[in-house]
Amino acid sequence: MSEPLLSLQGVHTHIGQYHILQGVDLVLPKDGMTVLLGRNGAGKTTTLRTIMGLWQPSQGTITFDGRSIGGMPTPDIAQGGIAYVPETMAVFADLTVAENMTLAARSGPVDAARLDWIFGLFPALKKFWQLPAGVLSGGQKQMLAIARAIAEPRRLILIDEPTKGIAPAIIEAMITAFAELKRETTILLVEQNFRFAASLGDHVAVMDDGRIVHRGAMADLARDETLQQRLLGLSLDAHQ
Amino acid sequence: MTMATTSTPAETLPSVKSDYLPILLPIVLAAAALPFIGNPVTWVTLTVAALAMGMMIFVIASGLTLVFGLMDVLNFGHGAFIAVGAYIALSVLGLLSGWVQVDSLAWNLMALGLAVVVAMAGTGLIGWAFERVIVKPVYGQHLKQILITMGGLIVAEQLIHVLWGGDQKAMALPTALRGAIVVGDFAVEKFRILAVIVGLVVFVAMMLVLNRTKIGLLIRAGVENSEMVEALGYRIRRLFVGVFVAGSALAGLGGVMWALYRETLTAAIGGDIMVLVFIVIIIGGLGSVGGCFLGAILVAMMANYTAFLAPKIALASNILLMVAILMWRPQGLYPVAKR
Ligand SMILES: Nc1ncnc2c1ncn2[C@@H]1O[C@H](COP(=O)(O)OP(=O)(O)OP(=O)(O)O)[C@@H](O)[C@H]1O
Ligand SMILES: [Mg+2]
Repeated sequence: MSEPLLSLQGVHTHIGQYHILQGVDLVLPKDGMTVLLGRNGAGKTTTLRTIMGLWQPSQGTITFDGRSIGGMPTPDIAQGGIAYVPETMAVFADLTVAENMTLAARSGPVDAARLDWIFGLFPALKKFWQLPAGVLSGGQKQMLAIARAIAEPRRLILIDEPTKGIAPAIIEAMITAFAELKRETTILLVEQNFRFAASLGDHVAVMDDGRIVHRGAMADLARDETLQQRLLGLSLDAHQ
Repeated sequence: MTMATTSTPAETLPSVKSDYLPILLPIVLAAAALPFIGNPVTWVTLTVAALAMGMMIFVIASGLTLVFGLMDVLNFGHGAFIAVGAYIALSVLGLLSGWVQVDSLAWNLMALGLAVVVAMAGTGLIGWAFERVIVKPVYGQHLKQILITMGGLIVAEQLIHVLWGGDQKAMALPTALRGAIVVGDFAVEKFRILAVIVGLVVFVAMMLVLNRTKIGLLIRAGVENSEMVEALGYRIRRLFVGVFVAGSALAGLGGVMWALYRETLTAAIGGDIMVLVFIVIIIGGLGSVGGCFLGAILVAMMANYTAFLAPKIALASNILLMVAILMWRPQGLYPVAKR
């Protein structure tokens, strides 16, 4: 395993009086995609939001590329090279697809070649370029949310359940996109769809009750059905 | 930016419904009022007065609606900037009394322009301090925001009493802006025309900034979902301070206009118009500048028509208007898509 790009050590997060993350230890290698699995309410979204600075950790350290980012303001964390695709997608509905992308490209206009590449991954975005993002379908919004995260090269992309409620055809497009994407950047993917996760992930971490309960290679978990059953049993039945 | 144009046929695109219905409302309201008022001359006078008043309300309300939209900040102290702007202008116009009294539109406008610039600079500066000292500590806490910004308003009124005295002041219109332009039977007061022009300029300028600049893009995005704007790497708080300062300066401008319109001035001048401002912001849709513009015209029409027809229910009629509009569109005329 190469040197980690991101590591969380003993991270606790409180939301109001609720103690949600209870000592998360997570290490993200520089190469490839890490998938974060776990049942509903395990704390996956809270983990991503804490990395992004949208919740403040009450304890523990978060290190990104050798720098401590725990407690830093969200814009600084983003500028450090982390992009975020939230569970809600959070596309700006009143803004056009083009305007959404303009905002995503902080350092100036989106590079033409890169935009072509993005259009290649998600052709719908080209078609709807000048339309308000609010008129897109759920799947298209998800594509836009991902496209926004890759409008410029970033070191790390956090993606929260991109397949939730998305049509199978679009999931296929996403698999292709992520397979390409993970060659240029590190990805932390939260996913409940195990088949989707297993087809893309290199590393895996499983959460339960605000802690990481398993860490390893995705291939090992994909092979070991007993382990899957033990770690993910309930959520797999419920989801797929 | 490479704007890869859509090469696909247009008929496959989902249709974007342009929502023009609310724009018809002022026209409908004006037309409906005519038979009650009867006399067309009176009707024109009232309608022009309403447009002028609507523009002033819009100028005051526009910044406030963005302040709320961007960071959910409830600023009940906004009225302070109306009063402070008016008092600063009073002092400047006092110093320039020669320019004010001479019967020359050019000199009058120059004096007024200067007074407005100083008033806006002053209220902008005070707005900045107000944001840093009073609003910043209570981000995200609505009850505290209401209490502390109301406290700020009271302090500001007391400071005005100390600086300018507690008595009612006369705010005289510059000579060339007094009276009316008469066309046949119709008379339109000159200052009202000026107010409409100023309001339209502010509206167009705001629309240009919002729709044609990156800052405007950030503001529109921030009103929808400020958290995501931050996650994209922009400091929304810095943007918010800028909007707060601009909104305070605009309230200062509105205050100057409002005082000239009423031709008198007390420290509480912001109070009565702020009730209408809040109604306008709710009618328009929180955070929506276009809705705010339309709402301001509607509320001012309602206020002027009912002041003539049934003065006792003038304010009640606007509350009824608000209820009716919210029954039709619970989020206001032009709701902003919210996360
Ligand atoms: N804003 C909040 N206020 C209070 N509790 C919250 C909040 N957000 C999340 N929680 C709680 O924190 C726990 C973890 O939530 P989180 O959203 O991180 O789970 P998750 O693993 O992403 O679940 P899912 O698969 O449903 O998305 C849950 O019990 C949830 O109820
Ligand atoms: Mg979640």
